[in-house]
Order: sequence, then C-alpha cells, then structure tokens
Amino acid sequence: MASVTSATSPRAGELTAGLRGFREVQRLAYACAEAVAAQLRPGVTERAAARMQREWLHERGVRDWFHLPFAWFGDRTAFVNFRVPLQFFPTHRELEPGMPFILDMAPVHRGFTADIGYSGCLGLNPVHDRLLADLEAHRELILCEVRERRPLREIYEDVDRLMTRQGHANRHRAYPFGVIAHKVDRVRQRRWAPTLFGFGTRALKGLASDALHGHREGWSPLWSPYTFSDHPPQPGLWAVEPHLGFRGTGAKFEELLVVTDSKDPQESAFWLDDDLPHVRRWQEEKAA
Amino acid sequence: MQRTGAGAGSGAGLDGARERRVRTGGIELCVAELGDPARPTVMLVHGYPDSKEVWSEVARGLADRFHVVLYDVRGCGRSTAPRPLRGGFTLEKLTDDFLAVADAVSPGRPVHVVGHDWGSVQAWEFATVRRTEGRIASFTSLSGPSLDHFGHWIKKRMARPTPRRAAQLLNQSAKSWYVGLLHTPVLPELAWKGPLGTRWPQILQRMEKVPGGDYPTDSLPTDAAHGAWLYRDNVLPRLRRPRTDAYAHCPVQLITPTGDAFLSPRLYDDLEQWAPQLVRRTLPAKHWVPRTRPDQLVSWIGEFVTAKEEGDPAKRVVASGPHADWFGGQLVLVTGAAGGIGRATAFAFAEAGARIIAVDRDGEGAARTAEMSRLIGAPAAWAEAVDVSDEAAMEKLADKADAEYGTVDVLVNNAGIGLSGPFLQTSTEDWKKVLDVNLWGVVHGCRIFGTRMAHRGQGGHIVNIASAAAFLPSRVLPAYSTSKAAVLMLSECLRAELAGQGIGVSAICPGLVNTGITASARFTGVPADEEKRRQATAARMYRLRNYPPEKVADAILRAVVRNQAVVPVTPEARGAHLMSRFTPRALRALARFEPRL
Repeated sequence: MASVTSATSPRAGELTAGLRGFREVQRLAYACAEAVAAQLRPGVTERAAARMQREWLHERGVRDWFHLPFAWFGDRTAFVNFRVPLQFFPTHRELEPGMPFILDMAPVHRGFTADIGYSGCLGLNPVHDRLLADLEAHRELILCEVRERRPLREIYEDVDRLMTRQGHANRHRAYPFGVIAHKVDRVRQRRWAPTLFGFGTRALKGLASDALHGHREGWSPLWSPYTFSDHPPQPGLWAVEPHLGFRGTGAKFEELLVVTDSKDPQESAFWLDDDLPHVRRWQEEKAA
Repeated sequence: MQRTGAGAGSGAGLDGARERRVRTGGIELCVAELGDPARPTVMLVHGYPDSKEVWSEVARGLADRFHVVLYDVRGCGRSTAPRPLRGGFTLEKLTDDFLAVADAVSPGRPVHVVGHDWGSVQAWEFATVRRTEGRIASFTSLSGPSLDHFGHWIKKRMARPTPRRAAQLLNQSAKSWYVGLLHTPVLPELAWKGPLGTRWPQILQRMEKVPGGDYPTDSLPTDAAHGAWLYRDNVLPRLRRPRTDAYAHCPVQLITPTGDAFLSPRLYDDLEQWAPQLVRRTLPAKHWVPRTRPDQLVSWIGEFVTAKEEGDPAKRVVASGPHADWFGGQLVLVTGAAGGIGRATAFAFAEAGARIIAVDRDGEGAARTAEMSRLIGAPAAWAEAVDVSDEAAMEKLADKADAEYGTVDVLVNNAGIGLSGPFLQTSTEDWKKVLDVNLWGVVHGCRIFGTRMAHRGQGGHIVNIASAAAFLPSRVLPAYSTSKAAVLMLSECLRAELAGQGIGVSAICPGLVNTGITASARFTGVPADEEKRRQATAARMYRLRNYPPEKVADAILRAVVRNQAVVPVTPEARGAHLMSRFTPRALRALARFEPRL
C-alpha cells in the first residue's frame, strides 16, 4: 500500500487521492455526528445515540469500524469514576436538558479510516462552552510542537501542563494506555468485518502490525505519556483526541493529523481538514 | 406619620425610620418603615420576648435595596395590648394584624415576610391560611416552626416511636422545657417584671453571645409578660388538633441555626411536604441570629427576595454543590488559588454558591480560577495577585476586600512551597524562603483577616493547610516539615483563642496529593539538572499516587461544616497521624530512611 504521507502539501486541492479518501470519511463521520446530535432529545439514552450513529453510517455504506460508535452523556463525558474499560461502552444514561454529550466514532469507508469526537450540549451550559473554547489552544499547541518534531511524550506533557493551567483535568489519561492519539491507516476491505470488544479486527490488526514494526524501529503507534512514546512523531495519520474534564463536564475533539517526512515545517504536519464543526465554531466566535 | 425619637425603648435601633400607627381589632400597632416604598416590601416579624428592635441590624442592611417594614406585635414594644389578654393573642388575630399592616404599607402588592422565633411561628400561619393568599410573595423562616407542622411531627413520632423517633421527641421536649413554665399562671409575669427582666440582657450576652447595644429595649418586662399569652392561647390547641391543610402558598426559605437551644434541626425533616418551593439554609449559630449573624441574614434574605421578584424560574437560589445550604452567599478567600488544592478548594466553594476571592502570586492563574468559579456557581469571584509572604500587600488586600467585597467568612490559607534536602545543606536563604511563605503567609492571613473576622463578631472560619509532614519527621524535608508543624500548632492555638468568638480554625494535613507543588519544589544541595530530575521524579511519584486535590477540597468544606480541628486527608496521612500518636518511635525510625529520588 503506497504511503499517503510522503511529502504531501497541506493545501486543499493538492491532497493526494489517499488523503482525500481519509478526508471524505472524516467529513462523513462529522456529518453523522451533527445529524445525530440534532436528533438528541431529553430522555434519549447513550445506547440509542450510539445505535443512531451506527445506523446513519450503515445507510451510507460503512461496513467496517476502527471502533464502534460511543456516546457519553452528563458526567460520563468527563469519565467521572471510570475504573474499568467496560465503562466506556454506552449505557442507559438518559440525556437531560443542559447536559453535555460526546459522540465518538471511527468508521472505515472504502478502506479509509476516520476517528472523530464530537462534543455538544443539550441547551445552554456555560461550562461546556468554556471547555470547547479552551480546546482551541490545544489544537494549535499540538500542531506547532509536532512540526518542531518534539518527542511525542514531551508534547503530551505540554498538553497536560496547558490543561492544568486552564484548570482542567486531563481525561485522555483515562483512555486505554492513557493515549492522546493513535495511528490510523488504510484497511483492506473484506465482505466480513467482525469486531472484537467494539473494535474492528482489521483495524486492530493494522495497529498491532504497526506496533510490531514500531517496536523494532523504536517508535509506537500509540501516543502516550510512557517511555514507548519517547520518540519524534512518526509519519502517517494520527487520530488526535485531547480530552478536557472539569468537574463533571467533559469535552474533546478528535481528528486526523497528517505527519509527513517533508523538511518544510508547514508540510511536515497539518490537520487533515480545517472545515470541521469545532474549528468553524471557533472561527465564528472570533468573527462575532 | 412621624419621625422616631432616640433612646432605648423608642426605636433607638431604627434611626431614620418612618413610624406610623395602624389601628386594627381594637388595638394600635406601631409600624416602622425604612427604604424606598417603591421597592419590594420586606416585612420583618419579631419573636418572644423581643420587640421590632431585634431586627435593627438586619433592617439597616436591607434598607438600601428594599422597602423594609417592621412592627411591634400586639402587646409588645410601642403597640398596645388587647383587653383582655386571654384570647387576645390567637394566631387568627395575629393574622388580622399582619393583613392590616400589609394593607397599610403595601396596598395591592404582596410582601416578603421574614419571621424569627414567634414571628416565624406566626408567619407560618400567614403563609398557610387561605385568606392571606396573594398577599405574601415569599417567606423566610428563622427558628420558628409552624405549630401545625409541629403537631403532626409529634403525632407521627408518637404513633410509631422507633428508637430514633423517640430520641428526637425526647430531645425536642428537653429543648422546650420553658413552654410548660410559660403555661403557669402569674409566675412568668412576676419573673419577667422582677429579676429575669433585669438580668435578661446579661443572660443573652453570656448564653447567646448577643452583643449589647440598642437591644433589648426597656419595654422587655412588659413585652415578655404579655407575650406569655402567645403560648397560652395557641400552643396546646394547635398541638392537640393541628390543621391538616397547612400547606405554604408561597416560596419558603428555611434558615436553620445548628446551635439553637430551643429547636432541634430535626423538626424540619418533613418540611418539603408542607412547603413545595423550599430552600434550605444552615447557619452555625445559636437562637438569636438576627442579632448575632445579621450580615448572613441580609445576604440570604436579599438573594431570596430578589430571585422571587425577578421571577426568573431558571435562576437557582441555592447552588447545587455539596454544603450549598451552608456556604451560599458567603465570602471565601483562598490563597495559592492558581492551582492544586487552592484552585480545587475555590471551585468546591464556588459550587456551594460562595463568593470567591482567589489570591495567588500568579495573577493570571488566579484570574482563571475566578473566571471558572463564576461558571460553576459562584455569584461573584475576584482574582488578586498577592504574595502571601508580603505583609504590606496582605494588609492592602484585606483593606480592599473589606471595602469592596465585605468581611471574609471563610479564609483558606493554602499557599505553600516545597523544599527538600538535608538540614546541613539547607542555606539560611532557603529557610527564609520556605518559612516566609509557608509560615509567615499563614501568620499574616490569620492575623490580618482573623482580626477583621473577630472585629465583626459574626463568626467565621479559618482553614490552614498544613501537611502530613507536620507530624511526620523525615531527614529529607526538615525545613518544609518544620514550617508545616508550626502551621499545625498555630492553628490549634488559634482555635482555642477564637473559639469564644464563634470562629472555627481547622488544620488540614493532606498527604501525597497530585498537584504542581512537586514540580516547583526546591531540592537543596544538588546541581540544577539533578534538581530538575528529582522534581520530575517526585512529580511522577505523586502522579502515580494520583490522589486528586478535589478530594482534599471536599475534606476542607467538610472540616468547616463540622468545625474539625485537625484533618489528615489521604489514608497515608491518617495512618501517619495515628502512628505519631501511638507509635512515635516507629515514625522516628522511619524518618532515617532516605527515599531514592
């Protein structure tokens, strides 16, 4: 499979066919999140929201997943009292007015993977607004430091520090291996796409093979606070998900960061798409 | 209408009040008004054996925002007494009086009623009978239950006396000893007109810490003698046959003093069923709160009345966090509030509805704390960039706080720095730095803000963040441990000194908590890069321990509510505290151990 990340320009229109495929599926996933978010009403459960995402994407041809859709409502958006990974799975928690929610899905479409996180709120919630606004600095910080080719672990610690300064708790620490990001790649399409504990087996296989390669070459497909992430960013596509928590309210975004082997800093790393709901929201706020 | 004269017994505490007399049912009531009549009317009803002057401090505090109305209940102060006295003090007649006053001072517009003691007992009648419907906008009840609710409360406990219910009944009976005495003929009158009347002010000062001044008035013996009929005319008939339809038709704010000698807080357990729109507040005080805690009452009454007047149903009167009934509207100052335990504490108080002053050397961090505090429930929050070790700056901060925000109700001396390294390698400079912040910062805070708290005379609380290191000797933390041990001892001494003034002092000893203190801690006697490495190692160790500062903040709020003296927080701190008391030799042996960092 040809690499999609060798010396690719970030400017729209100049993306390679491969990157265009990733961008399309990421847009599809965000469209799904917005469509489902618009249908959320008081009383809808997390399970129902996750099913709505699954059905919406299934209708548009998604048959395989990096992971099945998640939905978290209320204080579960901040992973309050999360101890075991099973708690990530959607529950019967019902949505109430003013409650924050997060929709998280990773569909595979035509062999391209996306992994997105969409934070919203049913009605007014100033704390949630603040969290969403605070995420902008993280998007900038991550990109800037990746371009500087700082070790992933160091960037992770800087993100941590920024969150602490902002007064938030770092919630991506609650994810498996405490990851803030993981690599994604193309997935070979098959008629049968089984899942294991909510994760697509093919995508898991890709991740495992990356881990094996990485282990030999000294890098890891997981971006974590541990020593195995103490290396500069590896070229490829990274699904980055900074996740803030503040006293029972959580917010995150998750989108694809393209890291290339280009010497030009601008081209060495860029966000795959700048036309996403959270980015538009920040731009609108600035314009207002 | 006429101006009041000066002097005790003639409305001395109500300077500037407009006075008028309202005739009703054969008697004349003396009514005093303060503030702009165009504003919402707040009517203050006094209890037994008081006259309207019991409210003077509260009335003054409310007068700039509201039209404040007070009246002497029939037979008290400068109102006339009914003839004959027997049967002249029934709740029905008192309701007639209330309606007459309300019609005179606020025709066509409902009034906000605040009642204390028998004023509250009466006002419960006003708030639950049909004929006053539409005349009352809200009711704030202080230390006075509805006799009907009380009757049902007793019946419920008599009908099924579980051990707990029997204990509640006995407890309240013990507190109500005087009610029986007041039912005896002539004796109460003789006592009040004789020795009791003369000694009452001293009794109040000694038992209740009621400050002297314009209260009680000279009319006390007659007021108290007449007022005995309040009990004789109402208590037995109502307790025997309580009304079954005593539902409040207006929003009710219940303020419960925890140290009330006459009423058990348990009396209000079932109140939600009688008052559907109930807001609960809890106050660490004794019975005469209008005299001992006027500022807190002004704040709560003002907030409640304003919320009802604005009629905004989305506006929550009480914040949603734990202990919101206690801290709502209080002013809390937290030092070292730009991060860690300080920031988490500011947030916890904010969630409980307190106003926050976030103080830190790092002004930007403090501003962030203040901003986030406002988002989660603090009605107001300010940030101040002050170094706690700078006495002049702290004095200036206190002056500013006094002038702009009011007297601090809860002070949390949290700011502190870490210092590790053997004693022989700790320079004088290092010692100075650590003592300046960790000890002198606390001394300045306690002295400067504690003085103001004591001077106000309305209670308060000081929380000093010591450390488990205060009772845990260690060869690697001599300077830090010394400073924290001093803070612990200072807190315990201060606690003894301020106990008489209703000011509590708590020392909190957190233990290993995941905050930024490790990353900025100094390590003496090692080169800079080694220091950096040790900081990182310590930070990692604390992160692995991962005890969140939020839990310490919860412990701090709990310590204030329970007025605890010394609170070790994490399990290791509690273990060390126990060891320091029972096996100090083992701790001394452990102190020789040098952890590898």
